Amino acid sequence: MSQDIRIKKGLDILLKGDAEKVTHSTALGNMYTLRPSDFHSITPKLSVKVGAQLKAGEAVFYNKSNEDMKFPSPVSGALVDIVRGEKRKILAIKIAPDKEQSFVDFGQKNPRGMNADEIKAHLLSAGCWPFIKQRPYDVIAHPEVTPKAIFISAYASAPLAADYDYVLEGKSAELQEAVTALSKLTSGSVHVCVGKEADSPLLGLDHTTVHRVSGPHPSGNVSTQIAQIDPINKGEVVWTVSPQDLVIIGALLLTGKFNAERTVALAGSSVANPQYYTTKIGADMATITGGKLTKGTHRIISGNVLTGTAEGTRGALGFYDNTVTVIPEGNDYQLFGWTVPVFNKISVSRALTFSWLFPKKKYELDTNTNGEHRGFVLTGAYEKVFPLDIYPMQLLKACMYQDLDEMERLGMYEVAPEDFALTEFICVSKQPHQEIVRKGLDLMLKEIG
Amino acid sequence: MGLKEKLHSFKEKHQGKKWLPAFSAFHTFLYTPNETTHSGAHVRVVDDLKRTMNTVILALVPCLIFGMFNAGFQHYQAMGQAVDFLSWETLSIGLLKILPLLAVSYIVGLGVEFIFAVIKGHEVEEGYLVTGMLVPLIVPVDIPLWMLAVAVVFGVVIGKEVFGGTGMNILNPALTIRAFLFFAYPTWMSGDKVWVHGAVESAGTPDAISGETILGNLAQGNDIAYSVSDMFFGFIPGSIGETSTLLILLAGLFLIFAKIGSWRIMLSSVIGALVMGLIFNAVVDAGWVAETSKFYALMSTEYWQHLLIGGFAFGVVFMATDPVTASQTDKGKWIYGFLIGFISILIRVFNPAYPEGVMLAILLMNVFAPTIDHYVVQGNVQKRLKRLKEKTA
Repeated sequence: MSQDIRIKKGLDILLKGDAEKVTHSTALGNMYTLRPSDFHSITPKLSVKVGAQLKAGEAVFYNKSNEDMKFPSPVSGALVDIVRGEKRKILAIKIAPDKEQSFVDFGQKNPRGMNADEIKAHLLSAGCWPFIKQRPYDVIAHPEVTPKAIFISAYASAPLAADYDYVLEGKSAELQEAVTALSKLTSGSVHVCVGKEADSPLLGLDHTTVHRVSGPHPSGNVSTQIAQIDPINKGEVVWTVSPQDLVIIGALLLTGKFNAERTVALAGSSVANPQYYTTKIGADMATITGGKLTKGTHRIISGNVLTGTAEGTRGALGFYDNTVTVIPEGNDYQLFGWTVPVFNKISVSRALTFSWLFPKKKYELDTNTNGEHRGFVLTGAYEKVFPLDIYPMQLLKACMYQDLDEMERLGMYEVAPEDFALTEFICVSKQPHQEIVRKGLDLMLKEIG
Repeated sequence: MGLKEKLHSFKEKHQGKKWLPAFSAFHTFLYTPNETTHSGAHVRVVDDLKRTMNTVILALVPCLIFGMFNAGFQHYQAMGQAVDFLSWETLSIGLLKILPLLAVSYIVGLGVEFIFAVIKGHEVEEGYLVTGMLVPLIVPVDIPLWMLAVAVVFGVVIGKEVFGGTGMNILNPALTIRAFLFFAYPTWMSGDKVWVHGAVESAGTPDAISGETILGNLAQGNDIAYSVSDMFFGFIPGSIGETSTLLILLAGLFLIFAKIGSWRIMLSSVIGALVMGLIFNAVVDAGWVAETSKFYALMSTEYWQHLLIGGFAFGVVFMATDPVTASQTDKGKWIYGFLIGFISILIRVFNPAYPEGVMLAILLMNVFAPTIDHYVVQGNVQKRLKRLKEKTA
């Protein structure tokens, strides 16, 4: 049962600096970083101490409320530092890699002969479980639950995001193993969404239901696809995994090793020559971006411009990210910026803004907010870029006044913060939509669970 | 060191001071801030609230300028002196009468906003930029300045600030100001003098002139003394900015094009007004109303002419579409707009004491907009519940 998805509401943000489809490898670098903040709602408990020698795949910390859930080291090396913040909260774990990489051997497995519990135990112990996320709440999946379906979006519609068809090339074997394993964990199907014209290695795999997606961003967001295929009702759980993480899961099953390697797109208008690079989870940004940027002050983002995390050159590639975007910082004033006609920035209105004249033009946007934070004023604009059958502003307001019943009724179970990235992008009042939704989801998770 | 750097270091130096919002208001007016994104999306559209408000003000400027000429023109017309519409004589009266109104509106209104911003420690918000422009356009030309100042203070404080400022108010602040004037000083605001400059001073003297509006005349059972083209182009007495239906229509189209005004509200309001007008026309045609009835003149007015007279067009384009006080859902906007049009004409015809129905209709619907939205949103909620029910059944 395949079903094609056409999205009409949305917005493609065309930016300069699309990564050219050429892949280079990067050096191993001097430092790898694991950040517990990548794993939302998890309280980390360290299983090793500073100075410990780790192998790739060895658990660095585990989930305090579920000790079986391990978080692995992406490389083999020495744990050199644990950066702590207020109340001794762990902010980052720094690992200096060995020249010769060694791996923990978790043993080759054939998922076809395993039952759900065996697969779960294997993924948990080998540190691959954190790749599986759940809706509602957009957090790491609860292993005791059987989801009604699993969704994989292999269509990246976000601006400058890495092209899945390209980065997954030649990975069919790994993908097949991972999908087979996942298919045993759900009572429903494993839904795979690919682009309309895509020639994806995910096509033609066993145990999948393929959907072809077309339309503007956020058509590639998994929530958009879930809403079209099998919407989440109260009490239901679905899981989502991103394709490049499937490759790691698949490689674990095939080789017995946790291989944190992935191909990332280094993109954005501040990158001199935007291309793809192979690197590893947690690699430091200095290694990835060193010598590849133009002059000026930049913001280095792990992820895409809509949902990524700001990193300095001392930051690192996030656990789930496969794009590094570098754009100019916009910390400058603009004379009468609120009234002069604007040609070089994107606008969704035509209030002396002229991006509507050039629908194909690619822009170089900086990080300026282009205005100050205000109360919600305009109405009807968010809906035009929000394809879910949900009233976005009403839901945001419900999150702000923390009315759990209202949040539930308005569809909170169906959304993730990333779904509000576009409404945030176009917001005239410069409200922090994703933060509001994240806090709302956290509140529900805490109160309802 | 340039101005930009000087202002920047001044701001940095006085960070945290109580009066900083007042400085920031001027600073951000001159320069959009150097603020960068901290959470969520790293890039943002260029539009902000200032630009949005500014676009509405741009749309209002032609109405203001026309109003200035018309103020002088109506004055000389009433005096029986022939004068060109576009002449220095007409404009000078307009400038003399209307610039003070504009100044009082902005100075008093923004003054209140600044005080609230400093007390509550938030930035000065842009809401009043549009309100301040609307207010002089919806008052009669001969309104005393003190009266306007009192009304502005009332409107900004009670209409907006007590609810928490821009974005939180229930009633449109400009209409709150207008309604305050209307009910606090009824003899002025609904009299037959105040609409044309000079009519008040000359009252009782041999040079007395009439300052009556078309609606006022109709409410008294008289016929319309103006041609349709005069009414369409706006060469008629009335509130300063409301007379030229043509310019308001163009402004409305501009706001729709700029994606700032809601075409749903504008269109449905017009439909609502036409429906009510047609109903009244039908009642007259059926002979149910005697010609001696005090409602006869207004009821028998051609249904489409209602769009040209009074403040209907101005109210629909600039006030009903205020996003804060209007319905916020697309479906809700259709209902909200239709009822505004419908009720405007209803009030206009049946309540001769208050011939200007559109003001009261919009204020009434402002109050009901959240209710309309509630039921529209409930529709969405029900859909979700139904989906769950079908699944579990």
